[in-house]
Amino acid sequence: MNIGLLETGSGNWNAIIWLIMFIIIGISAIWIRSHGEDQYKKNTDQTKPFLSGNREISKEDSHVGASHIYWGFTEALKRYYKPMVALHTGNINDYSGWIILVMAIIFIIVGVS
Amino acid sequence: MSSIMTHAPALVIAFPLLAAFLVPVVSRLNKKILGIFVAVVLGFTLLITLLMAVRILSGNPLIYVFGGSEAGLTLPSGYTVPIRIIFHIDSMGIFMGLITAIVSFLGAIYSIAFMDKHSGLEKYYALLLLLATGMFGMEFTGDIFNFFVFLEIASIASVALIAFRSNLSGEPAEAGFKYMVVSSISALMVLFAVGLFYGQYDVLNMATIASVMKFTQLDKIALILLVTVLAMKAGSVPMHMWTPDAYSEAPASITMILVAASQASLYALFRIIFSLYNITLNTITIGWIIIILGLLSMFIGVTMAIIQKDIKRLMAYHAVSQTGYMLLGVGVGIAVLANPIALETFGIKAMEGGIFHIMNHAMYKGLLFLTAGALFYRTGTRNLNKMGGLGNNMIYTAIFFIIGAAAIAGIPPFNGFASKLIIYESVFQFNPLLSIIAMLVSILTLASFVKVFHSAFLGPKMEQYKDVKEVPKSMLFAMGALACIIVLFGLFPDLVVKYIVHPAVMALINQSSYTAVILGGM
Amino acid sequence: MIGNFPYLAVALLIGLGIYTLIYKRNLIKIAIGITLIENGVNLFLITLGYRKGAIAPIFTQAPEGLKMVLPTPQALTLTSIVIGVATTALILSVAMIIFKKYGTLDTDEVRRLKE
Repeated sequence: MNIGLLETGSGNWNAIIWLIMFIIIGISAIWIRSHGEDQYKKNTDQTKPFLSGNREISKEDSHVGASHIYWGFTEALKRYYKPMVALHTGNINDYSGWIILVMAIIFIIVGVS
Repeated sequence: MSSIMTHAPALVIAFPLLAAFLVPVVSRLNKKILGIFVAVVLGFTLLITLLMAVRILSGNPLIYVFGGSEAGLTLPSGYTVPIRIIFHIDSMGIFMGLITAIVSFLGAIYSIAFMDKHSGLEKYYALLLLLATGMFGMEFTGDIFNFFVFLEIASIASVALIAFRSNLSGEPAEAGFKYMVVSSISALMVLFAVGLFYGQYDVLNMATIASVMKFTQLDKIALILLVTVLAMKAGSVPMHMWTPDAYSEAPASITMILVAASQASLYALFRIIFSLYNITLNTITIGWIIIILGLLSMFIGVTMAIIQKDIKRLMAYHAVSQTGYMLLGVGVGIAVLANPIALETFGIKAMEGGIFHIMNHAMYKGLLFLTAGALFYRTGTRNLNKMGGLGNNMIYTAIFFIIGAAAIAGIPPFNGFASKLIIYESVFQFNPLLSIIAMLVSILTLASFVKVFHSAFLGPKMEQYKDVKEVPKSMLFAMGALACIIVLFGLFPDLVVKYIVHPAVMALINQSSYTAVILGGM
Repeated sequence: MIGNFPYLAVALLIGLGIYTLIYKRNLIKIAIGITLIENGVNLFLITLGYRKGAIAPIFTQAPEGLKMVLPTPQALTLTSIVIGVATTALILSVAMIIFKKYGTLDTDEVRRLKE
């Protein structure tokens, strides 16, 4: 029967079959989970979030702002980021300079080959 | 009905152009119906484009000769060459035309509610219609000087629109100035290349130049000029620095239309490489140049996006990154153009992935920019550090944002996954390293959109945003229409590829089908 | 007599225009640089149509023994000059707005949108 497969370079893909499998597997996962342990003691330490042993002051206080979310990633790649951010000066002369530079490089490459 | 079909290419240009000059008159009569008038005109243009698409995608390209009845009329001196301006729409042209029509129609509907607190709206809508005219002309024309004219129309209109909100602070004017300098350089270099073609071959029609092209040194210079400046207008690294400035300072609906304008320049790049030159040029060199530009755009775009604080600058860097995917896919196609076995095995598939990605990108990037505009409309800021906890009040915007972010990150079952899968698998057969870099970039894309979702929508409610309501209905309608298209294209990608993308790719690869339509009788 | 001299002038004009765009820091000088490039490209287009010893292209068929200069580049150049007028007007008015808001026309100061 004509299911309608998308032929990629080396295989096939069909989104509807994926969706049906997702729903079937999701339902079975929820069913298995519902047979688990469902007793917990309310209002004790079992319901509070774990902040490496520190106390949670308030929800507003422990909200990580947008500039600090990927601190580990940007800190580890500092040697790549510092020159890259410095290159994006915002100066209009540099924008024109880049165009002429790339044109010159492509001239040399296409002229030689 | 058939008379509409014969004159459809001219109608698609004439309607927005005429309406652009009628908008000040209509605004004198009644200010409130201005947005509805513009939306009706652009909706009508969308209808005509759909009618043309039904005819062209089944294999009959359309020509429209301005001022004559056929393409090859004989001149008094006995000279038979197409000398009039000819609009030549084949499958690739109508593919881009569909994107432009959908995006400008939804942009006009979104602007009805988004710009309601601004004054001077007749200038805004007139410029929006001129921008739509310029984009349609760029995509439909078959004459290379006419392409320069429409390119300049679109650039001038978009500069004025980017600088539209400069009454309060100076940043939009600065962004408009930078964009004007960059697009002036590119348009003048395009004109120089047009002069080079005219000086050698004495014709301006693209199909005729393609049929008499001998690859001389001057043609090489023209090719390099055109490739560089059109890649710059499309926003590829390292000439991409105008993109975050221009996209972040424009109003949100204009940013969506500017994305489609950048892709029109990308279309012109592919048209020149495939239909003007085809295998007369050194395809491996040009192919690898475009692949390298694509790789740089992907990687630098996404790594600069993760560290941004301004939501629209972040999305603009992602636009640069996704342009890299399109350049990568089509670059692989160019590199194997002279090699028929490789072309059959994976070259056509790579190009299908790249070109399918153009349409997918316009849809989900448009949706993301519209949600950013919705956030700005209700909170008055674009800084992610100041936003928080808006998911409690703006539920529809949050859902549309999730759909857009999942589509751009390449998560099934949305449309981004389908085109990215085709690109990964076919580029892998060309060179495995390129495919691995593409997958890495996809992961970083997902990471940055998780950051945006967490900062803007999740988290505890903030004091100053207690009474924030959902956005008005016209904005929701535009976002909802784009989300529907994303979901539909994601669920049935095989139909889209078979009926819309594959004819476009074959129209690009077969140069003879492009020239035979105009020069058929001679 | 004319030879390749106009093409040399074109190269000089475009080169000077690109130099102005990269090294001059005043926004008005950048606008002048764009005008220089545009004038160079217009001169290039006009020069393409020149034929030696030819007359103005005002006849349908040239009289006996005479050639006519090509008229198409003249049409292209006229269009380009008009587009150049629109471009220059727009870029100068945007520069005026920048001066009103920023108080300076130096490109090192006019870069609040960076990174």
